[in-house]
Amino acid sequence: MNYLYLLQLAAPETIITVTMLVVLGVDLTVLRDKSIATRFTVGGWIAIFGCAVAAAMLWGRIQGGHALATAYRLDPFNGFLIIDPVTDFAKIALLVLTAFTVLISTSGKFTNHVGEYLSLLLLGTIGLLFLVSAGDLLMVWVPLEFTSLSLYILAAFNKHNERASEAALKYFLFGGMSAAFLLFGFSLLYGISGSTNLAEIARVMQGRGLDPLLIVAIVTTVIGFGFKVAAVPFHLWAPDAYEGAPTPSAAFIAAGSKVASFYILAKIFTLAFAGSTGSAVWHGYVSGWMPVVAVVAALSMVLGNLTAIVQSSVKRLLAYSAIAHAGYVLLGVLAGTASSISAMMFYIITYALTVIGAFGVVTVVEEATGGDALSDFKGLSRRAPGLSLCLLVFLLSLGGIPPLAGFIGKFFLFSAVVSVGENLGLLWLVILAIAMSAVSFYYYLRVLKAAYVQDAAEGAPAIKVPGLTMFALVLLAALVVLLGCAPGLLMRFL
Amino acid sequence: MLAWTIYISFIGVLVLMLLPRDNARAARIVALLTAVASCVVAFVGAIQQANPGEVTTIVNVPWIPGIGANYYLAADGISLVLVILTGLAAVAGILFSWNIEKRTKEFFAFYLALIGGVYGVFLSFDVLLLFVFYELTIIPKYFLIARWGSTRKEYGAMKLALYSFVGSHLVLIGLIATWVVAKGQLGHASLNLIELSKVSFPIVFQHWMFPLVFIGFAILAGMWPFHTWAPTGHVAAPTAGSMLLAGVVMKLGAYGCLRVAMLLFPEGMREWQWAVAALAVIGIVYGAGVALVQRDFKFVIGYSSVSHMGFVLLGLATLNTIGLDGAVLQMFSHGIIAGLLFAVVGRMVYDRTHTRDFNDLETMQIGKLLPFAGITFVIAGVASMGLPGFSGFVAELQVLMGAWAVFPKMTILAGMGIVVGVAYTLRAMQKAFYSDAPEKISDGHDHPLEPITFPEKAGAVMLIGASLVVGLFPGLLMNWIEPCFKSPMFHRLLAGGAL
Amino acid sequence: MNHWLTILTLVPFLGGIVVASLGAKRQNLVRGLALASSFVALGGALCLWLHFDSKSGGLQFVERMNWVPSLGIQYFLGVDGLGLLMVMLTAIVTPLAILASWNVKDRPHVYYMLVLWLQAGLFGTFTALNFFHWFLYWELGLIPAFFLIKLWGGPKRGPAATQFFVYTMVGSVALLLSFLAIRLATGSFDFIELAAMAKSGVLQSKLSATFGWKSIGLIVFFGAFLGFAVKVPVIPFHTWLPAAYAEAPSPVTMLLTGVMSKMGVYGFLRILLPIFPDQIRQVLSLLLWLAVATIVLSAFAAFAQKDLKRMLAYSSINHLGYCLLAMFAAASVATGVNTPDIQKAAALDGALLQMFNHGLTASALFLFVALLEKRSGGLRGIEDFGGIRKVVPVFTGLMGIAIFSSLGLPGLNGFVGEFLIFKGVFPLVPWAAAISTIALLVTAIFLLTMIQRVFCGPLNERWARLPDLTTAERFLVLPSIALMFVLGIWPQFILGKIDATVVQLVQHLNF
Repeated sequence: MNYLYLLQLAAPETIITVTMLVVLGVDLTVLRDKSIATRFTVGGWIAIFGCAVAAAMLWGRIQGGHALATAYRLDPFNGFLIIDPVTDFAKIALLVLTAFTVLISTSGKFTNHVGEYLSLLLLGTIGLLFLVSAGDLLMVWVPLEFTSLSLYILAAFNKHNERASEAALKYFLFGGMSAAFLLFGFSLLYGISGSTNLAEIARVMQGRGLDPLLIVAIVTTVIGFGFKVAAVPFHLWAPDAYEGAPTPSAAFIAAGSKVASFYILAKIFTLAFAGSTGSAVWHGYVSGWMPVVAVVAALSMVLGNLTAIVQSSVKRLLAYSAIAHAGYVLLGVLAGTASSISAMMFYIITYALTVIGAFGVVTVVEEATGGDALSDFKGLSRRAPGLSLCLLVFLLSLGGIPPLAGFIGKFFLFSAVVSVGENLGLLWLVILAIAMSAVSFYYYLRVLKAAYVQDAAEGAPAIKVPGLTMFALVLLAALVVLLGCAPGLLMRFL
Repeated sequence: MLAWTIYISFIGVLVLMLLPRDNARAARIVALLTAVASCVVAFVGAIQQANPGEVTTIVNVPWIPGIGANYYLAADGISLVLVILTGLAAVAGILFSWNIEKRTKEFFAFYLALIGGVYGVFLSFDVLLLFVFYELTIIPKYFLIARWGSTRKEYGAMKLALYSFVGSHLVLIGLIATWVVAKGQLGHASLNLIELSKVSFPIVFQHWMFPLVFIGFAILAGMWPFHTWAPTGHVAAPTAGSMLLAGVVMKLGAYGCLRVAMLLFPEGMREWQWAVAALAVIGIVYGAGVALVQRDFKFVIGYSSVSHMGFVLLGLATLNTIGLDGAVLQMFSHGIIAGLLFAVVGRMVYDRTHTRDFNDLETMQIGKLLPFAGITFVIAGVASMGLPGFSGFVAELQVLMGAWAVFPKMTILAGMGIVVGVAYTLRAMQKAFYSDAPEKISDGHDHPLEPITFPEKAGAVMLIGASLVVGLFPGLLMNWIEPCFKSPMFHRLLAGGAL
Repeated sequence: MNHWLTILTLVPFLGGIVVASLGAKRQNLVRGLALASSFVALGGALCLWLHFDSKSGGLQFVERMNWVPSLGIQYFLGVDGLGLLMVMLTAIVTPLAILASWNVKDRPHVYYMLVLWLQAGLFGTFTALNFFHWFLYWELGLIPAFFLIKLWGGPKRGPAATQFFVYTMVGSVALLLSFLAIRLATGSFDFIELAAMAKSGVLQSKLSATFGWKSIGLIVFFGAFLGFAVKVPVIPFHTWLPAAYAEAPSPVTMLLTGVMSKMGVYGFLRILLPIFPDQIRQVLSLLLWLAVATIVLSAFAAFAQKDLKRMLAYSSINHLGYCLLAMFAAASVATGVNTPDIQKAAALDGALLQMFNHGLTASALFLFVALLEKRSGGLRGIEDFGGIRKVVPVFTGLMGIAIFSSLGLPGLNGFVGEFLIFKGVFPLVPWAAAISTIALLVTAIFLLTMIQRVFCGPLNERWARLPDLTTAERFLVLPSIALMFVLGIWPQFILGKIDATVVQLVQHLNF
């Protein structure tokens, strides 16, 4: 075992770790007496710089060519870490998402523990970076829990808000339980295959029928990940956590952690359960993991969208919409083809960008009006025209209106899913998804209606948007438009 | 050349966004210049097109190679007719919204965005691109109505947006399934409309997909029983909004039915031909019947749109050249005439009297106070009844002729629809303009009605002129439309229905 | 290529535009121009009349050019004896109507524009030979008429105008649908071409082949029939007429009854008889019954009226009923009749003459009513007057002539037409002619009753100061009265022009 080589492979993660320490150190020493805004600005820029360096390094690695990549793939650590251009690109995406999360946090007033907040964010990111590269069941479980721990604390970060602690506790309890389920499922897998390495498990499972133990393993794994990605019926923590957590934390939970979780979820199902796919096509049911995921996906889409309709808090609305989107993404997982996985990655990355933007807007509105109810958005187009234009872009993208990224993502995803199997067998799921997406348009439009159509209370002042946040939001909105018009820019890496 | 209609509109949107907030005059002028410029481009481009029977490519570059999507703009005669309609309707709509004082620049920005999207739909020959432009129109529509509308505007706007969205999602399902099947048959991914129209999709697939896609588009075309958005939407919309809704947006739906649903699934169309015809005829008669009993002036016109769009759908259902010719011509004709009717009701009458209730209008003697409004409505009404000399007659004539060949009994029913159309138009004319009811006793607060302004007169004259010219010289447009249906593209659809 | 007919149609049309553009202020100029325009048209019609070659029964002054080639539409104008007669009638009645409405005060420019446009529509209808623009003119005549009733009519003008319009439109739509079916089957909108096809039997076979129904010919026929029957009108499609005639201002009623009702009859002669002879024969007895019912019932209905205008309205229906009777009789397959062609020609000659006479007489009668109304302040009930012949002898005399003309007194124009009709119809369909004679009797009774009630008897003191006709008014009615005498004594004046056409039509019907 060559530790230098390992360090080289894990260089981006190392950089982030160092950045995290620097942020913490600087904040605790130099910036001790400065205002919160200054501390956020300085700490934030250091964090972003770190992310940028790590991302640049990854970019260099991708550009470095296939020879190198192949070398990494056949790594000496028994498939402990898998590093190939796709994982590298996923990591870049994660770093970008983290940077944006930091940017929208900088105007926050929810805490005076700035250093701790930023370093927890970076810690969570480190976990995610490792998670993406995981090639081993243990390597899946450890970073997952590592990130989760950071997220629990981030959710509880607003000490002045009672609901934050309640939300965090709920999140923590559910998360702990899901970890237990996941571990149980993994242990069964290990018992069946005699290995924790995904590639090894795949080899053993190939051609092996469905036995009761495997079914239990599948179900518990689905339950475990179901909690992580907040799919119905394991979603109950999500709305409370989103609502109670400081908005930037919620954005991070909804964005970064989802990208990594879905990626690894797809990997586990397509590799570890390769022999027991089953089938969920219309009139062609075969038991396996696919029908289980199909049920979870369908439930998520239906319940998430229908519940979102009745929400009056925009954060809760976004939470339920996140559940619905998890449903769409699961379609990509269950299709399980290369094209569906890359479509899924496209979808989840653009979704993450969009949702960070949406939460960014909510952050600003919350700071200005003190709430995130629909009524707080009234007259936003007059009080903050630029901000509401960004909100328009984000919500329309979430609703799947062309030419925004959300639409083209859906098109990629759904067409990849329909392509699976013969006679358009999965079309029923796609029809359900599209029908539900039509429903979703209604509640996004409700928010926009408040912002654009209804008038603010008499004499409501203009909302001053912090420069950095505005910069981040405009950048995000531009990205959402750009990726919608020219999806090839992102798609070629996936 | 023609692609600039789209670009100019969106450039206009950008310019408007950059204008200072409170300069309404500048916003109006920018909007008018933009619309006029794109209209001129539309005319010049259309006239320059050497062979309207063929699809002439304007631009075709790869867009998303992974799924075979191209940025493919092109035009044939059908597109040309509709592009010109859009140009005229856009200019007229701006002339009739000259009096918008509330957030003028936003109003025109949304307006031009809508127009740009509409141009895009009519010029797209890539299915995905067409769909993108199609959906792009939904949002501006929503805001135009919800923000600047009148009666129950938020409800009407939401209903319209949701109906459109549901419709377009039906289309999306069909689009995805078609893409997958076509990929299997062609061996490569393609979204090129012309290429797809040559693929023989399996019969069963066509039988299922056709109704899905057709209904998806037909919702926007106001097909009964999916029409209910139309009256409420039209009534709620501001004048320019209703003009565009009836004038061009409903045409988007009909155009989609023809260009996508029917062209890709000819067997499906043949299977469901009777159903389309039946729904169309029900729409004609029902729309007219309901229009006959309305109390709100604008509802009358709203339901009349449903009735007239029924003729478009009936024309499509005939599957013979003459019926399809008529359908396209009717799209143009209805676009012009409905726009004019809404302009009279919304701008000339409602903006001045602040009521559209016949019981109130009856006491006002508007025909005497605003003779220009009265005369314009009479002319528009006469054109809308389908009296000869106006574009509506030539269009409905051909539709009915085509329908005679296929559905004689339904044709007779459609004829009854025309009669009812005459009745409701006359009723509206009498009640609103030439009522015999005693004049309301003045309560001393009467404001004299503001005289008809120059932009209104210009807009009205332009639309009347367009309808008359096409009515008297239908050859102008027929020379573009007719060769299209004789082109190889439509062979499969029209096979066996040649007339 | 000449363009006389186009120019003739354009004169009133452009005149209308000029008149309207003058505005309401310059009333005298407006009236003067309108009148001048109608006189120009009259002059034009006279020129046509003089240049018309009465030896030929065919079309003259033909204009023909392609219009919408893709739909097979040509701009095709021409007149034969029938068309010429109708153009002449229109040209005569319109100036009278304009003169009769000299005192219109409310928006006169619009009023005269509508009258002139109505005239243009009529000219167009009587000269067009391609369905497309024929139908355009057919409808163009309708709209001015509607507004003339609607805006300048009596107290119940609203419903009357709407009823008039909707009834006519129902007919028009049926007509349109029929012609679309024909166009679809034959590819032609050309009346002359279609008539030739009908004669050779091609039309029927093409219709059946296209639609696959045996009865399609009849359905199409009834569609077209409805269109014209409403316009004439034929009982039971007449209910719009009394209200419309009564509510319309009297000068407009002159036009309605004098010329517009002829559009229907003209349609029968120009379109139904030549194009659907087979179908007419199939349902001949039904049609004859309808004609007889129209004649008899309307006579009785007129008898029951208390309002002068309504009475004259029903009498109008009655008179046109004779034309229908003559036409249907001429279409019959006359077996066992000596010289059927001569009888048929007589009947059709009579019908044409009757159209012209009725136009002349009925418009004169309504003109008299208008003059009476002007004096009585709008009263026109039969019971409202009495004995006024002592006060207004000239009026009484002249109106009496018109009434007797309407009644069919020998020596006046009405007699010749009715005589020829009955002469032709009796040998062809004796029963129908026999029943119809009842109507002659009833007509005589109600007209004489009217004379008695209005003009004779004790003078109603209220009208003791009723002024008689002024010089201008005398000159106004004089041409009509003179024509009544001229045509009564020398019907050849018209018969000479139409005879060749009628002979040709009879030949067309015999196959």
